[in-house]
Amino acid sequence: MNAKPIRKPAVIPALKRSRQARDRAPVVPRRPDKLWQLRLYVTGQTLRSQTAFANLKQICETHLKGRYRITVIDLLKHPQLAQGDQILAVPTVVRRLPKPVRIIFGNLSDAGRVLVGLDLRAEVAPNPTS
Amino acid sequence: MTLKNHLSVPATPGPRLPKCPTGIQGLDEITGGGLPLGRPTLVCGGAGCGKTLLAAEFLVRGATQFGEPGVLMAFEETEAELKANVASLGFDLAGLVRRKQIVIDYVHIERSEVQESGEYDLEGLFVRLNYAIDSIRAKRVVLDTLEALFAGLPNEAILRSELRRLFRWLKEKGVTAVITAERGREQLTRHGLEEYVSDCVILLDHRVNDQIATRHLRVVKYRGALHGTNEFPFLIGDNGISVLPITSLGLNHKISSERIATGIPRLDAMLGGRGFFRGSSILLTGTPGTGKTIVSANFAQAACKRGERVLFFSFEESPNQIVRNMHSIGLRLEPLVKRNRLRFHSARPSLYGLEMHLATMFKEIVAFQPHVVIVDPITSLMDAGTDSESKGMVTRLIDYLKAGQVTSLFTSLTQGGHALQQSEMAMSSLMDSWLLLQDFEGNGERNRVLYVLKARGMAHSNQIREFLISDRGIDLVDAYIGPSGVLTGSARVAQGDLEKAAVLASQQEAAQLKREVERKRTALERKISGLRSEYETEALELRRIAEQVGTRTFVLGTERAASGRLRQADAKVAAGARGKARIGRRTP
Repeated sequence: MNAKPIRKPAVIPALKRSRQARDRAPVVPRRPDKLWQLRLYVTGQTLRSQTAFANLKQICETHLKGRYRITVIDLLKHPQLAQGDQILAVPTVVRRLPKPVRIIFGNLSDAGRVLVGLDLRAEVAPNPTS
Repeated sequence: MTLKNHLSVPATPGPRLPKCPTGIQGLDEITGGGLPLGRPTLVCGGAGCGKTLLAAEFLVRGATQFGEPGVLMAFEETEAELKANVASLGFDLAGLVRRKQIVIDYVHIERSEVQESGEYDLEGLFVRLNYAIDSIRAKRVVLDTLEALFAGLPNEAILRSELRRLFRWLKEKGVTAVITAERGREQLTRHGLEEYVSDCVILLDHRVNDQIATRHLRVVKYRGALHGTNEFPFLIGDNGISVLPITSLGLNHKISSERIATGIPRLDAMLGGRGFFRGSSILLTGTPGTGKTIVSANFAQAACKRGERVLFFSFEESPNQIVRNMHSIGLRLEPLVKRNRLRFHSARPSLYGLEMHLATMFKEIVAFQPHVVIVDPITSLMDAGTDSESKGMVTRLIDYLKAGQVTSLFTSLTQGGHALQQSEMAMSSLMDSWLLLQDFEGNGERNRVLYVLKARGMAHSNQIREFLISDRGIDLVDAYIGPSGVLTGSARVAQGDLEKAAVLASQQEAAQLKREVERKRTALERKISGLRSEYETEALELRRIAEQVGTRTFVLGTERAASGRLRQADAKVAAGARGKARIGRRTP
């Protein structure tokens, strides 16, 4: 095994706290009028898939309340659906709408990355003009 | 028998390790039957060396020849791209997909399009692969190129542990898998995939020597099986990949003792009276302008007249040019071409590399099924590769033709002046017969001569023949060999005239001598008859004298008796006294 340890971004504690506070605060979605269609691909009722679903639901409740729909797809039951959305990793969240399609891997424990991944917040500081 | 087993390289191993035949020409020979059945095989190599094509052919052949459906999981090329690329090899991937013999799953992953948050695994890949395998009951799987995941997935640690799991899973699934990977700088693959695949590793390579690129294949590792360890050149042609295992063809062709005429009667006479063996390889070397193509064309025409098919590879002249030039010596080739007995294939040697030449030649041979193949000249083809490559190629070609009992004639251009035989050493040992055409310079002219340097399995002439080309074709005449050396051309004719004059002179001299002898004989006879007549005269005289003497004696006797009778008295007494005295002496 020459696997390298999972690298975690080095974050200064003070900054980390402020980021967590920011992630919890509701953000104004860029396209507030559209319905968000999200698909969560999992394989069976594992702890990881349950965590992922809980995390996703919490983020959506915080930021997209009333404007989202989550479809959970169990690939063990519907393996044929994996090819269409180019699923490799599990769990995976696919933002079907609004376009373009966005993909996030993992159990979604890092809410900040999920927001970036869902394009709810740009990776760099959001541009005030947009 | 044991010797034979050693010669035919990969002896089929025992039942220990079952193999999965790839159907790729030559590869199964090198690996002794194919890839390890039910295990993953790693195919690595640099860009553009044919990894994907090899993997795709493995699947296509499996589906078409061995009834084993396959899954192609592509990480780099889309389904449409793959279909188009493989179609250039003559494989109908699209049709196989339609008939559900092959499933193509294109895995697209783009690092910039994905975000990673928290733990995950690659179960999705497993699900897809499993679904694809189960949907057609696949026996073969290709992952091309798995390493794209390293670029697409941000977390290498997860990827590595998942790959390890993937290979284990593939083994458990019992599919024969081919995994392609990019060649690394210091290791076989860029991301060290070889540590996960331990059963069979095949290395592909595309090298450029002397501006000519040749692909090579080497089985680096094959656990539990004997395999050819050499580097083998391979071709990508219209018919897929063909590896050229030079040593793999055993030397056990069927041998024909049928003889075929060369089209030049005197040459047949030099070759034990009946020409070459069918299915033998013939080398025809000569300096420029010695008539190699003409001899080849004669041979071709003779074969066509016997009703055989001849395939003429020309690397210097266009077909029309050959037809026109041969017309000038009275060889009419165009009717043979029209009747499809003779086919030309012309290409510039520099047009493409050696492997492509060989591939196209094989293709033509398979398509035309000739009885005789002529390569004119093989030397210009040899310029297209390095020495060892070209030798390997010629070996392969000869072996291939011999196995099909096709007679092959190779002309070879040697540099004028020196080392006529040396430069062909590498090739000549492969040939059964070797004719040497040579220029003979002298008296302000060049004349062509022909030797039979070697002809395996037949009593052949060791003599030089002068080789005449006229508008009626080729003729071989005895060169003049005498105290002043070998004479050809006008010198031979002049020498002939000289000899004729000398013969005439000596004939005249002999006639004169004969006349002299005759004259002497008549003179002698005349003398003898003179002497004889003299002798006869003398003898006559002698007889006459003798008769005279006799007569005289008689006369004397009668005269004496007469005188005695005249005396009468004691004649009887005297006679009686003489008689008594004689009696008295007898009875004492």
